This record gives sequence, structure tokens and C-alpha cells, in this order.
Amino acid sequence: MNGPHDLGGQHGLGPINPESEAEEPVFHGDWERRTFALTLTCGMLGQWNIDEGRYARERQHPVDYLSNTYYENWLAGLETLLVEKGLVTAEELLTGVAEGKAEGYRVPDVDATRKILASGGPTRIQSDLKPSFSAGDKVRVINQNPLTHTRAPRYTRNHTGTIEFGHGVHVFADANAQGRHEGVHLYAVRFEADELWGEEAAGGPVYVDLWEPHLEPV
Amino acid sequence: MPHDGHDHTDPPDDLTLRVKALESLLVEKGLVDTAALDVVIETYEHKVGPQNGAKVVARAWVNPEFMALIKEDCSAVIDQEFGYKGRQGEHIMAVENTPDVHNVVVCTLCSCYPWTVLGLPPVWYKSAPYRSKVVQDPRGALAEFGTTVADDKEIRVWDSTSEMRYLVIPERPAGTEGWSEDQLRALVTRNSMIGVEEAKSPETVL
Repeated sequence: MNGPHDLGGQHGLGPINPESEAEEPVFHGDWERRTFALTLTCGMLGQWNIDEGRYARERQHPVDYLSNTYYENWLAGLETLLVEKGLVTAEELLTGVAEGKAEGYRVPDVDATRKILASGGPTRIQSDLKPSFSAGDKVRVINQNPLTHTRAPRYTRNHTGTIEFGHGVHVFADANAQGRHEGVHLYAVRFEADELWGEEAAGGPVYVDLWEPHLEPV
Repeated sequence: MPHDGHDHTDPPDDLTLRVKALESLLVEKGLVDTAALDVVIETYEHKVGPQNGAKVVARAWVNPEFMALIKEDCSAVIDQEFGYKGRQGEHIMAVENTPDVHNVVVCTLCSCYPWTVLGLPPVWYKSAPYRSKVVQDPRGALAEFGTTVADDKEIRVWDSTSEMRYLVIPERPAGTEGWSEDQLRALVTRNSMIGVEEAKSPETVL
């Protein structure tokens, strides 16, 4: 979707203003800690995948997305998913009072949580699928405006780049956000600065990971 | 966001109350285990962090074979050598800075970051100003960190749009010939592994 999260190349968002590396804490307040941990542990219930999680955050109203702090966006996304997936009702979320126990979920305990954190969730898939492109091929990013989640940033649309290398077959994020687990080839694509930003471009090349359905041959 | 400097007599703010209410609702419904929440927090607040990445970089600086391997498939190699593996570190590639090329990493769409080697990302990395600016004006973005990259050096920006994660191997500082991995590690900052700064110079730790 053409959402507020798709920020590459936007102007006027202010200075970066980094905190000093030596002084920045991991979390700025206990509510951030709890929001982070709740998001991960609820994710471990297996009711949604990482791309559905991202989509839940980015389809907030753009004014909310951009004025929220980072973990406020996580919290909003978590609340959305809990209700949409039927783990809690909107009424329960509003009142904070449980209408009953949730049944039928496998809730990870301490050991299971440690194991899940340590094993992660690989997205590379062993596959015989042949890649359509190879290093050095020129490709153009398709012009698309889906209302659903896509990992092809707006600033790459309709632009031509060069395949730098293939990453093999990975779960296609755009489909995964809609609950379809499909493996397609993923590539690192190099875009020259003037191709993306025009002749006045002051930057350097940008490398973007794109899946085969995002690309067409040139 | 400023650090919370409230004293204990202040009433909790709206967010604190909202998160507490959500946590107690989920506990009451039997959907989360409080002890498991503590494991998650403990892991990312105290165990996983840029000290991991610094070990990888220091080894790459002293061992060219290791450098070559991590540029191909960093995640497999660092799992084997250091036991670094897990969430948001499943598929890592190392990108090496050289006299001709400077690499810098961003996630313009959200906040993708190699947790197993760097921990959780800093606030600025996840913020709109950095995400919007660095792809179009990397020199300007790096200048905000006090970093100047020579005009004839190519700045490569890696936008982490997939589950691939990128770890920058900064250039080894001059004047560190003969240093051990342990000594070198002290020169490797988190920001240098994102690519917004260079590694520290040896004078800063001597």
C-alpha cells in the first residue's frame, strides 16, 4: 500500500538527531520493554506471520503512524492483530476485562520462548525453482499500487536497475502478508543514484532486495 | 524521545496504563506467560548486542579467509564460530568497506536490522528522518553523525527490504598492525557496523 511507512526519499521530516551511542538505553521506559516483549510472545502463538505484523502497523492512519513513537506503532499493530485474529474482542481491549479464558492456543513457556528466539524464522526455502534473472541482468520494477502490503519501495517503481546477485528462493513477503506462503527468487538489485533521483542526485547507488514478481526484464 | 526522568511520585502516563492493561488482559486470558516476557526482555536488553558484531568484525580484520566467508553467508559462519543465531539474524550478509567503497544500511519501510549481531536498533535508525534521507542523500545523512566520506568514494546504501540483513565491516583503522582481536574489538562501534560512522581510531582507546 502507498502508506506512511514507505519513507525513502521523502523530505521535510527533520534532523536525524541521533542519541550518543554510549548513552542510549535499549528501551526508553518500561512500557517500551513490555510492548516489545508482548509483541514477540504474542507472535509466537502462531496466529500471524511477520509480514502480517508489519502490515498491521503500516495501515494505521498516516497521521498516527508518523506522530507515534516507534513502540506506539508496535502497540497499535499488536492491538489490531489481537482483535482481527479473534484472540481478544474489541470490548475486552476497551475495558481491559477478560470475558473468559482463550482456548486452544499453545502458549510458549520460558523454555519454548528461548528456543524460538534462538532458532528464529528462516525465510529461505530449498527449491528447484529456476531463477529468471542472473547477475548483471537489467530489470525494471513494475509499476504497481496495491492496497495490500508490498516490500517494493515506492521510490524504486518503474526504475531500472541491475541484478547484483541472487539470494535464492525466499518466502514472498507481499503474499505472506495475505496469508499465502509462497517461495520465489529474491535478488539484490542495484539502482544508480541518477536513475532514482535525477541528474542532480548527490548520493550513491542504492541496493534493494526485490522478489521476482516485482521485476520485469528490460 | 527523551529519557523518562519522572520520579516515583508521578502518576503513570497513558501509555504505561495502556500497556499494563493489555498485559494483564492477555495474562488473564492465558495468552501470555509473564516469565516468558521477562526472558524476551532479558535477551535483548542484556545478552544480544553490538558486542557480538564487534567480535565478528575484529575476526574479519585479522583473518582474510573469515572475511571472504562472511561476505558470502555471514549467518552460517557466525553461528558455527560464535554461536550467534536466531531471530532477525537468519540471513545475514557482510558488506566490506574499502578505500573505494563505503556501505551504509537502512530499512526505509520499517526497521529491519541484524539483531543477532547488533541487538535492537537505536531510535534514530527506526525514525522517519533517517529512513527518508539516507537513500537519497547519504552524504548529508552521514554528516549528521559527524562523518565525512571522501567525494571520490562510492557510498552504497543497502535498503533492507527482505529478510536479508546487512552487517557493515568498517575499514580497519591505520596504526593497528599487530593488534589482537580483543584489542581491535574496542574500536568497533555499533554505528560503524551500520555504516554511519567509521571505526574508532587507535588513539581513542590507548
